Amino acid sequence: MPFTWLVLIILTIAAFGYVMGRKRALQSAGGDRRNLHSLPVYYGANVAIWAIVPAAAVLVVWMLAQPFFVNSRVLATLPDTLVSEGNSIGLVMSDVRRVADGLDVAVQQGAMSRAEATSISTETSDVRERLGEVGVALGSAVSPEVLSGAQRYRTLNATGSVIMTVIVLLIAFGGAGYAYSRSNADFRARNTVERGILALLIAAASMAILTTIGILFALLFNTIEFFKLYPAADFFFGTKWAPSFSGRGGASDLGVLSLLWGTFYISFIALLVAVPIGLFSAIYLSEYAGPRVRSIAKPLIEILAGIPTIVYGLFALLTVGPLLVSMFGKDTVGWMQGGTAVMTAGLVMGIMLIPFVSSLSDDIINAVPQAMRDGSYGLGATKSETIRQVILPAALPGIVGAILLAASRAIGETMIVVLGAGAAARLSMNPFDAMTTITAKIVSQLTGDADFASPEALVAFALGMTLFVLTLGLNVFALYIVRKYREQYD
Amino acid sequence: MTDTSMTPADASKKKSSLLAQDARTRKRNAAETRFRMYGMAAIAVGLLFLVFLFASILRSGLPAFTQTVVNIEFVLTKEQFDKAESKMLKTGEYQKIFISALTEQLEASGLDVDFDNKAIQRLVGKPGGTIRSFFLENPDRIGTPVSFELAASSRVDGYLNGRITRDTLVDSRFLMATDLDLVDALKEVDVIQSAFNWNFITGTDSGVDNPGGAGLGASVIGSFFMMLVVLFLSLPIGVAASIYLEEFAPKNRWTDLIEVNISNLAAVPSIVFGILGLAVFIQFAGLPQSAPLVGGLVLTLMTLPTIIISTRASLAAVPPSIRDAALGVGASKMQSVFHHVLPLAMPGILTGTIIGLAQALGETAPLLLIGMVGYVAREYPETFAGGFTDANSAMPAQIYTWASRADPGFYEKAWGGIIILLLFLITMNAIAVVLRRRFERRW
Repeated sequence: MPFTWLVLIILTIAAFGYVMGRKRALQSAGGDRRNLHSLPVYYGANVAIWAIVPAAAVLVVWMLAQPFFVNSRVLATLPDTLVSEGNSIGLVMSDVRRVADGLDVAVQQGAMSRAEATSISTETSDVRERLGEVGVALGSAVSPEVLSGAQRYRTLNATGSVIMTVIVLLIAFGGAGYAYSRSNADFRARNTVERGILALLIAAASMAILTTIGILFALLFNTIEFFKLYPAADFFFGTKWAPSFSGRGGASDLGVLSLLWGTFYISFIALLVAVPIGLFSAIYLSEYAGPRVRSIAKPLIEILAGIPTIVYGLFALLTVGPLLVSMFGKDTVGWMQGGTAVMTAGLVMGIMLIPFVSSLSDDIINAVPQAMRDGSYGLGATKSETIRQVILPAALPGIVGAILLAASRAIGETMIVVLGAGAAARLSMNPFDAMTTITAKIVSQLTGDADFASPEALVAFALGMTLFVLTLGLNVFALYIVRKYREQYD
Repeated sequence: MTDTSMTPADASKKKSSLLAQDARTRKRNAAETRFRMYGMAAIAVGLLFLVFLFASILRSGLPAFTQTVVNIEFVLTKEQFDKAESKMLKTGEYQKIFISALTEQLEASGLDVDFDNKAIQRLVGKPGGTIRSFFLENPDRIGTPVSFELAASSRVDGYLNGRITRDTLVDSRFLMATDLDLVDALKEVDVIQSAFNWNFITGTDSGVDNPGGAGLGASVIGSFFMMLVVLFLSLPIGVAASIYLEEFAPKNRWTDLIEVNISNLAAVPSIVFGILGLAVFIQFAGLPQSAPLVGGLVLTLMTLPTIIISTRASLAAVPPSIRDAALGVGASKMQSVFHHVLPLAMPGILTGTIIGLAQALGETAPLLLIGMVGYVAREYPETFAGGFTDANSAMPAQIYTWASRADPGFYEKAWGGIIILLLFLITMNAIAVVLRRRFERRW
């Protein structure tokens, strides 16, 4: 645990620096804190910040950079023959890393001495067997090149860690010393500390941007990788979805159209359930219901939004599915073969979206000014006429926005379709057929022992990209509609 | 001008009375009633769904909390003990003693059912070993009446719950149709009882063919460590981001970019966060698969927008006069925020955080991608640090795993898991509501 220790040491330096910095500032003011520019705590905090922040920054950058550096150095020493024998670079490197980790485990458990781990060779002993003894299973016998690569990998990593520890500690000491030397009565400690805190606040706020960048990069790079292995036109316009599970590449058909069809069909049914119920509940709650009914019914309906999607998924699989089969299955009309179907998933998803539509619409209807209702009543309209001819047209952009947001939710929903919609990709009009969606296929392609270099696994990233663009587009479109067509009443 | 067209003669053509409604008014009133009915029906349907959902959860999930046990009391004499210990197959001998005790009990109540060693094994496994190890550990109990509670197999459980009936039972090495007579007889004399299944709450996951022994305990711990990560990352980062955006941010491009990003992230499907976690935390940064640490990191990124939005709302609710007063007595902007605004906004922030945590607790889709599903959580983590980095499951992931196993006995466990998950969520939301009621301030 050298990393934990390093962090603890830095924190100790900071705590020690805090006390010392505060003391020195007070001393320079002759023990009278009124002579200081800032409160004494700020002088201490200044030293602590200088001890932690630069050191932590170097630590993080180093830890991100070291694997790249070590990888490229080890790769350079590996002979080219190893890579060209039908293996990709990634596979060889993962072999090297596995052997290196195995050696680490062996040293940790005492099955091998440190010296032995660095000097062991394939000629004198069976490395695979030795590592197997400590519980590290290797797929094949270890070749001498891989072993020497692994040993080099270990030494590079070890020296890297030592250098990192030394440099980080030096920086921590240096920072603390620098700030300590500046701790005197005239130093504007508060301003410095507050600038530092502001920088931290900005960094925290930028996490949102960082996350988006992370999502984009994760999707983009792997999608590009996928399109190198599989033609983009076949992906976007192919109607057949039949990934092969055994081999690498070649035989798979990975067309997105049938998945898109399933996604939209299920979302459409979900909206067919959620929009009328949600909209009418919102209208009733905001226009007709008294405060008592409203205070009971509104939270009850919103409970539906707080229930985790796994619950709805199970509900679809084990309750709604069998129920629908008993209504439309072989015994009656014979439309439905099994419990998992578009109808099952759509119906349950619709239930999940009711509170989403109703609470958004409720807010929008409540935002329509009372004067418009009063004007309508004054002309002799009934309540329902007022709602249909005055309030709904005024609230329409907002309601359309709410429906679009609900649609984007439906498209991105995973658990209900994974459990309730089935696994077969098909283009069919029958809502009682099992179909599958983009999200369900992302899950099935990325769980299990997928090899991340195969198009079968990489396709999940292309699907994720499609999903991301679809939902983002819907959200932006919803916001655009709300902004463009909003009536301004003030 | 219009007056001329409205001559009294025109108006008198239509006989109308204030007391009797004309056809048009009746139609309009009917439409009004109908419209109102639609609204009421919509609410009723929504509430009906809610009731139906909870009813099916409770109906299917509650049996997971009870377990069928074979409860038998008998006396083991010293001679029997010595004789059994002298045999080659010691546990087999204890099994015989157990069977004879069972037969005695049945005969005493006047029931006569035939059964053999195999049937007992199908009902309760091999009780001989349990009995022997009990008496070896407690030799002083020999000669005194001892009662044993042995867990019955999950098929027997299923039969008594009505999951398996005599018609649907297929004879197998797990349970035969003839065993059901024995089960019925034992039930009659109260040897088979149901008991609270503590193992379901404290135990760990079992293999794919033993639904009876499956427990949620390890995955509750997994969820707990994930929530620790989420709490300690998303609360400080979320609060810091909100303070910057609400109190300090100048109106510029960068701020706009951050705002747009936050609102977009709130709408990104959760599965995409799973892809992010897989690609960045596991593939790129090399963190271990199935670890609560990775799950916590992914859920942190998902929860941040929720926490930021609610924190900003509670910061904005603190009136500007508080800030002005602090600035007026010489505090810096930073001091006014940290010493006055933040403490006043704290109840709202905590409420938002708890609700965000509750959301994160139930989130499943991202956990599927970071490998929490294939993993069978058989063990509790050994150390505190191991709780973060050792492979484990989490409550929703465990429920999903059970739901996708072939044995229908696991479905009951999945429903039971949902009851526990919902209990956690209800508790968290109740705490949030109490916090809000107790500390909310109207300015």
